[in-house]
Amino acid sequence: MEDGSRAFVSVADSGEWRAMKSACWLFFTAALVIFVGPALALVETYDFSDAELEVRYQNLTEELRCPKCQNQNIADSNAPIAQDLRRLLHQQLEEGDSDAEILDHMVARYGEFVRYRPSFGGVSIILWLAPALLLLAAFGVLLLTLRSKSRAATAGVASLSVEEQARLQSLLNKAEQDS
Amino acid sequence: MGPRLKLFLPLILFAMLAITLFRGLSLDPSEMPSALIDRPFPAFNLPRLGGPGLLSQADLEGQVSLLNVWATWCVACRVEHPYLKQLAQRGIPLFGINYKDNDADAERWLDELGDPYRFNIADREGTLGLDLGVYGAPETYLVDAKGVIRYRHVGVVDEGVWKTVLEPLYQSLTVESGAQ
Repeated sequence: MEDGSRAFVSVADSGEWRAMKSACWLFFTAALVIFVGPALALVETYDFSDAELEVRYQNLTEELRCPKCQNQNIADSNAPIAQDLRRLLHQQLEEGDSDAEILDHMVARYGEFVRYRPSFGGVSIILWLAPALLLLAAFGVLLLTLRSKSRAATAGVASLSVEEQARLQSLLNKAEQDS
Repeated sequence: MGPRLKLFLPLILFAMLAITLFRGLSLDPSEMPSALIDRPFPAFNLPRLGGPGLLSQADLEGQVSLLNVWATWCVACRVEHPYLKQLAQRGIPLFGINYKDNDADAERWLDELGDPYRFNIADREGTLGLDLGVYGAPETYLVDAKGVIRYRHVGVVDEGVWKTVLEPLYQSLTVESGAQ
């Protein structure tokens, strides 16, 4: 144990160790500059005159879809078009536009595609109503199946004639004796 | 519903689902029709690239024309450039929007590769691009004689696109504007 720590001290004091340490630092600094630098440059920040505007900005960037990317909102995307839309959004918010006005403005240019929460109306009405309609249809099928099953069960019992009943009974008795 | 038909119900449902999904295989999810089809070209007031004066939407009217959104940073624009020159030589009115670009770079590009455009709108900040719903260069808009957008093509315009899509539309619009 003592030997080990002494060995460590001697290595730490040597010039070789110091050189290695500074090389490590150099490496980490270079890595930071290379990998973190561009990330910092890509995320732009906006100043808002009101905290409420910033909340609306967050909500809208999450709701608006990046036109260039298939499945990313403009908050997550770093495509140039997403950056442009964020800048436009900031500008519109500062000018005092309402959420509805901003969404209309975007939809007028990029179509319904640009909204992750499509408006109620037009073709998208199918999207909004489909879950409820499918649920209703499922209940309908369930009801019909249950009803026809119970009808078949009662009809089945009633349709056995006296003769058949007797035969059934004898078969059952025979099975019991066999076992 | 007869018991026979009921027996086939799962098969029918499966067939319907299969047809729907099969159709989905050949759809292009990135295809996005422009929201501005059959709408007037958005109003703008932007400088002319390499020249004095401002251009506005009124400068596009008077003939059926192609409006090409391009930039020097756009690799695909370089690919379609030779074909655009061919179209211009055939007398197709072609206007350019130099989208989010540096004027000096754009002028050098036109000097080196040739200039097929009647004029270029310098959209340095991309504001006209936003109003047009541009989401990536190159894009090409077909604008009729009254300045109404009739079609948008996203991506490279080549022989195939021109022959199958743009030219038939261009011809019918030219006939339409000639009749009036």
